Amino acid sequence: MVKEEKEIANRPDNTAFTQQRLPAWQPMLSAGIVIPGFVLIGLAFIGIGVALFVTSRSITVLEIDYTGIEKDSACFKCSNADVKNCVCNLVFSIDSLFEGPVFFYYGLSNYFQNYRKYAASRDDEQLSGDLDAFTAPSDSCSPYDYNSNDKPIVPCGAIANSMFNDTFVLYRVVNGANKLVPLDGKGIAWWTDYNVKFRNPSVTPLKNAFNNTVKPIFWPKPAYQLDASDPANNGFINQDFLVWMRRAALPDFRKLYRRITDGEYAKGLPAGNYSLTIAYNYPVESFDGRKKVVFSNVSWMGGKNEFLGIAYLVVGSLCVLMSIVMLIVYAKFKFPEED
Amino acid sequence: MLRRTLNRWLGRDERRVDSRNICVGHRSSSNNEAFIPPKFCDNRIVSSKYTVWNFLPKNLFEQFRRIANFYFLIIFLVQVIVDTPTSPVTSGLPLFFVITVTAIKQGYEDWLRHKADNEVNKYPVTVLEQGRRVRKESEKIKVGDVLEVDEDETFPCDLILLQSSREDDTCFVTTASLDGESNHKTHYTVPDTEKDLESLNATIECEQPQPDLYKFVGRMHIYKADQEPAVRSLGPENLLLKGSTLKNTQTICGVAIYTGMETKMALNYQGKSQKRSAVEKSINAFLLVYLCILVSKALVCTTLKYVWQNKPGQDEPWYNEKTQREKDTNLYLKMFTDFLSFMVLFNFIIPVSMYVTVEMQKFLGSFFITWDKDFFDPEIKEGALVNTSDLNEELGQVEYVFTDKTGTLTQNNMEFIECCIDGFQYKYQDAGTDLDGFCVTDGPANKVQHKAGREKEELFLRALCLCHTVQVKESPEQGQGQRDGLMDHVDGLGVDGEGLHPPPQEQRGFIASSPDEVALVKGAMRYGFTFLGFESKTMKILTRDNDVERYELLHVLNFDPVRRRMSVIVRSKSGDTLLFCKGADSSIFPRVRQEEVERIRMNVERNATEGYRTLCVAYKYLNAEEYAQADAGLREARLALQDREEKLMAVYNQVETGMSLIGATAVEDRLQEEAAETMEALQGAGMKVWVLTGDKMETAKSTCYACRLFQRNTELLELTVRTLEDGGRRREERLHELLVEYHKKAVQDAPPVKAGVTRAWSSANHDYGFIIDGATLSMVLNSSSESNSSRYKNLFLQICQNCTSVLCCRMAPLQKAQIVKMVKNSKGSPITLSIGDGANDVSMILEAHVGIGIKGKEGRQAVRNSDYAIPKLKHLKKLLLAHGHLYYVRIAHLVQYFFYKNLCFILPQFLYQFFCGYSQQPLYDAAYLTMYNICFTSMPILAYSLLEQHICMEVLLDNATLYRGIAKNGMLRWGPFFYWTLLGVFHGLLFFFGVRYLFGNPALQDNGQVFGNWSYGTIVFTVLVFTVTLKLALDTRHWTWINHFVIWGSLAFYVFFSFFWGGIIWPFLKQQRLYFVFANMLSSVSAWLVIILLILLSLLPEILLVVFRKPRGPHAGQMKPVHSSAGGHQSPRSSARPLLMRTFSDESNTVI
Repeated sequence: MVKEEKEIANRPDNTAFTQQRLPAWQPMLSAGIVIPGFVLIGLAFIGIGVALFVTSRSITVLEIDYTGIEKDSACFKCSNADVKNCVCNLVFSIDSLFEGPVFFYYGLSNYFQNYRKYAASRDDEQLSGDLDAFTAPSDSCSPYDYNSNDKPIVPCGAIANSMFNDTFVLYRVVNGANKLVPLDGKGIAWWTDYNVKFRNPSVTPLKNAFNNTVKPIFWPKPAYQLDASDPANNGFINQDFLVWMRRAALPDFRKLYRRITDGEYAKGLPAGNYSLTIAYNYPVESFDGRKKVVFSNVSWMGGKNEFLGIAYLVVGSLCVLMSIVMLIVYAKFKFPEED
Repeated sequence: MLRRTLNRWLGRDERRVDSRNICVGHRSSSNNEAFIPPKFCDNRIVSSKYTVWNFLPKNLFEQFRRIANFYFLIIFLVQVIVDTPTSPVTSGLPLFFVITVTAIKQGYEDWLRHKADNEVNKYPVTVLEQGRRVRKESEKIKVGDVLEVDEDETFPCDLILLQSSREDDTCFVTTASLDGESNHKTHYTVPDTEKDLESLNATIECEQPQPDLYKFVGRMHIYKADQEPAVRSLGPENLLLKGSTLKNTQTICGVAIYTGMETKMALNYQGKSQKRSAVEKSINAFLLVYLCILVSKALVCTTLKYVWQNKPGQDEPWYNEKTQREKDTNLYLKMFTDFLSFMVLFNFIIPVSMYVTVEMQKFLGSFFITWDKDFFDPEIKEGALVNTSDLNEELGQVEYVFTDKTGTLTQNNMEFIECCIDGFQYKYQDAGTDLDGFCVTDGPANKVQHKAGREKEELFLRALCLCHTVQVKESPEQGQGQRDGLMDHVDGLGVDGEGLHPPPQEQRGFIASSPDEVALVKGAMRYGFTFLGFESKTMKILTRDNDVERYELLHVLNFDPVRRRMSVIVRSKSGDTLLFCKGADSSIFPRVRQEEVERIRMNVERNATEGYRTLCVAYKYLNAEEYAQADAGLREARLALQDREEKLMAVYNQVETGMSLIGATAVEDRLQEEAAETMEALQGAGMKVWVLTGDKMETAKSTCYACRLFQRNTELLELTVRTLEDGGRRREERLHELLVEYHKKAVQDAPPVKAGVTRAWSSANHDYGFIIDGATLSMVLNSSSESNSSRYKNLFLQICQNCTSVLCCRMAPLQKAQIVKMVKNSKGSPITLSIGDGANDVSMILEAHVGIGIKGKEGRQAVRNSDYAIPKLKHLKKLLLAHGHLYYVRIAHLVQYFFYKNLCFILPQFLYQFFCGYSQQPLYDAAYLTMYNICFTSMPILAYSLLEQHICMEVLLDNATLYRGIAKNGMLRWGPFFYWTLLGVFHGLLFFFGVRYLFGNPALQDNGQVFGNWSYGTIVFTVLVFTVTLKLALDTRHWTWINHFVIWGSLAFYVFFSFFWGGIIWPFLKQQRLYFVFANMLSSVSAWLVIILLILLSLLPEILLVVFRKPRGPHAGQMKPVHSSAGGHQSPRSSARPLLMRTFSDESNTVI
């Protein structure tokens, strides 16, 4: 009995796995599958490509640089860093109806929001409303953690400190009169940022939470006064602040400023002349940066992006082309393994 | 007197420290002298490496000695010390994981060793102390203790046998756990020791511990109160080794001489030298390339960073001021830390996990060899054995196969075929018509139907019965007491006559170190002379007339491979002293009277050409004076402590002269099952097979023909003593001449061999076979002048490499290793494989890249020293052609894939530096950086590297030529490596720039919101994970459910993990970077579209390549009818032609 067991123990298991005989699917990529496959994929891609391309073409974009480097540009007078509280007026016209909803972006270039030290320079605990972090900001915020009097800066860090603070007011020039175009500042930041990730401390009034702290050096107003018009839009859940805190991936970027959705402009900006009043505060000249405003409408694929449509068209055509080449090769040389 | 003797010994001891003195039972040999007992180590066996206390430091130290681990440690430390882009966790966690897993594994193994040690060390033993039996723990045994061991117990240390419960002062021992030989070996007590151990006063002088299990020299001085001390020689036959087991003997007493770590068993457990596979060398080379890439990437980035910062406003824009400390730091220090930071950022290009995966693949993969039921041999009830898993892939790279003949190509299952007595040939016929079973078949042509005289016949048969070291096996159920009964049984058999009742006759088991001896004794038995066994130095044989004859065994002159003969000196009842000697013809013929030789030589040579193993038998009478002289000489030589072997050899040679030749025997050694088919397959696979044997040329040559290593049309180039002596000139000159001639023939005139071309069986181009013997080889290797030597060696090598098979006969074990080494170190350093079954093959098994042991009959030494052991030669075919091939393909793909996937992982990160001001900003989140190699992409490749069968096993076995496709490390050369690297670069560029252009406008959602940098990284990472996994899926030719599970599983896991990781605010994270990034990404149609586009675009070239390459690829073989017919060609060849016909017709092909 024992002997038998031993023999059984010694004998290798005769299972499919141990004998490497597991049933297996052995796909063969033969020309018979690949050629039709390529044709199908190619056609599908061309279809998607056309759709993307057409959609992208239908999106209207109006992009105006207002850095004021050129002497004849409207904001030239403000580009000098010494000028404080400079306001300039940008006038432009729209030829035909700018279909809505229109999105109003501001853009910066040669601005490195993805700089490593810059990116790390924030304190997420502070930003989630942790009052302990108000008095002792994280080291990562340095040198934007304490001011020269050793008072903690809230919100600390380079990102918050460098928050974009140009403001825009858009007027429609109707018969020589400036008619204010209402801008909607809601829903420009990620829903989760606004509702979960960023939190004001649960102190009312909000101002009290900021006792014994100072505002970021660059900021004209403390965090609890960011939006004078809407008290709910203050502190860390201010939408402009949230948009700024989501750092851009590349040094040329645009960020959503406002949406134009209200009333008569819900259908879009009618043709006509417009005047954009810019409170020019944000210095970019020192690092050779550019500032611009962008009006754009969006589609199901987002903003205007020709790359995707062209790429799809090219890849789709390549697929079809390759399948044709393969077909020729196949017809000529008759792959021997085809049945 | 006594003291003087003692002083002499002691004095000699001072001069020679290589011996030790032991007092039996700690009884000092002289009372009036202060005897300081020398210190020996205790009997504790410590096989464990660690203790609880030193485990952590020692284990860590050992782990970090591995260069890869050390590299990762350095990276980790840099991350801790320098402010680097990624947190130390990203590299610390994988490293910690690897180190911990390894430590746990090693700790567990060590715990097992501790347990095993304790079991051995605490085992109770009986020690005789002052006449009392004392139970002690095994570890307390000291050198000099007298121990008592009972039947079936294991000896706790190396003992000298003093007393046995058996009457004949012997005991039986199996050394199964030492060398795997399960037969019973006889050991002898030291002669003339007193029965009362209590009064025994003796010292033992023996050599210092040494690992050779079969060597031992020592002597014992026995002091008796009133006599001269008696001196007895001690040899391995008196030594009981720790680890062996007492059998068939109730109890023995012995004195401990080597204890603990000094026992031969412990000394033998020292690790073998590590063999490294060619794949590992390739990995190291690739690693170097990747290190260079890594360093140059870091250098490029550092340089560009400082160039870039030089532009005004770039170094420190107002929105990103530096801290005071950063401003104060020295510029060069900053550069250096930047360099280190870049190194850290890109260090994932060399992944820790590759080492882990490779190790796991090798370890787990080797199970498939052990599990393979085709390797299971029902006879020995064992399958294949894997001693090292480091060399799996090497099995797919073999270029030279060195095989032993006896026991490897042949079965080592000896059968007595015929004998020749006094020039007359006798062939045994079953159920012979002759009463005595003897029948003369065809003797020498002119003496048909003649027989040698009866006297000669009987002398010859007695010689066969006496001249051996065979023992009669006592079957286990018939214990000690039944021995007489057994004998009666045998006696009764004898009356019945042979042939009528063969089964009980077969039951009679003989045990011997060499199967030839058993065959001879069994052969003699068929002719009516039965060896009944030993009875305390007396050999009993049952003659044809059913008389029991007793011979006193005086001396055994043991067999050794140099002398190639053995002798016994016996004294018959009538008082005649006889010496019987048997051995190889070459060693017997010069020692017998020449006039007898010729008649027998013919027979011997004929037998040899028929493939039989021949032995010649001679005898001589020793008169009293001669015997006395021989006896004295032998005793003296046996007592010698130094150069005992040489002295014995000299005496042996002196005694074994002037003998008379009686006859010769022929024993058949059958070919192993499917030996020819296996050899043919190996040659078809492009391997060159060399037979290295100690056997004589004719026998070996016929085996080669039988195995079809030599074909009919093979032109044999012979370089042996015979051909050297042909010319009648000096041997050296002739050697030179022949070498040059053969070189011209085989190397210069031969058309260049095209790689990958099957050896055409019928084509005109010539096959060459080369034969060399040991003597000539040593001439080639050790030529008189240095310059000649290297030149001859070169010529010899070149000739051999151009021959399809080479036969080296008359090789000493060391010469076998020499040849292997020579080929191994030749140009191109080909991968060599040695296969053998005996102790004489160990040297070549250890020398070759891959050593294979056959679980044969000559003990287990070869198996123990091998890397892989298989039960039969025929298993070699599957081991190499199927397992080896698959392992190689798997691991090669594994290595290439790993480098590839890490290159396209890190390249986007490198490219991102150009867009983030060279600030070392990581593109991917830390979690992704860490998990990429551990979780997201590790399982599919592991499953692939364990399960892939790009060509199924049957096809691999049927088409040996497929093996050539991967020869010379084909998949890990620079070409494929370059291809994979290029692919990695292409993918990396595609991933990065594809997303880069998408982010030309970061407003990718239909609500106009923009994506940030973590979305960018996540999109790239998603494309990356999907592409590398699908790339593997594209390469997988063998989809088992496991492959499906891991491939789709890890993709699903990635998606699941990303949701999970981004779905929760993790309290332990400083920055919630990925919060809802993944979910937001999926809500964007553009992101979806770009992911699909990039994955497809990356894989398109691959798909095209697969389609276009296929007709020429190895897969074509599966379908082409051409190949299957080639397979069909082989099978008819496989039917063995009659051996003789082939041998003789092929003989004419021999050059000369």
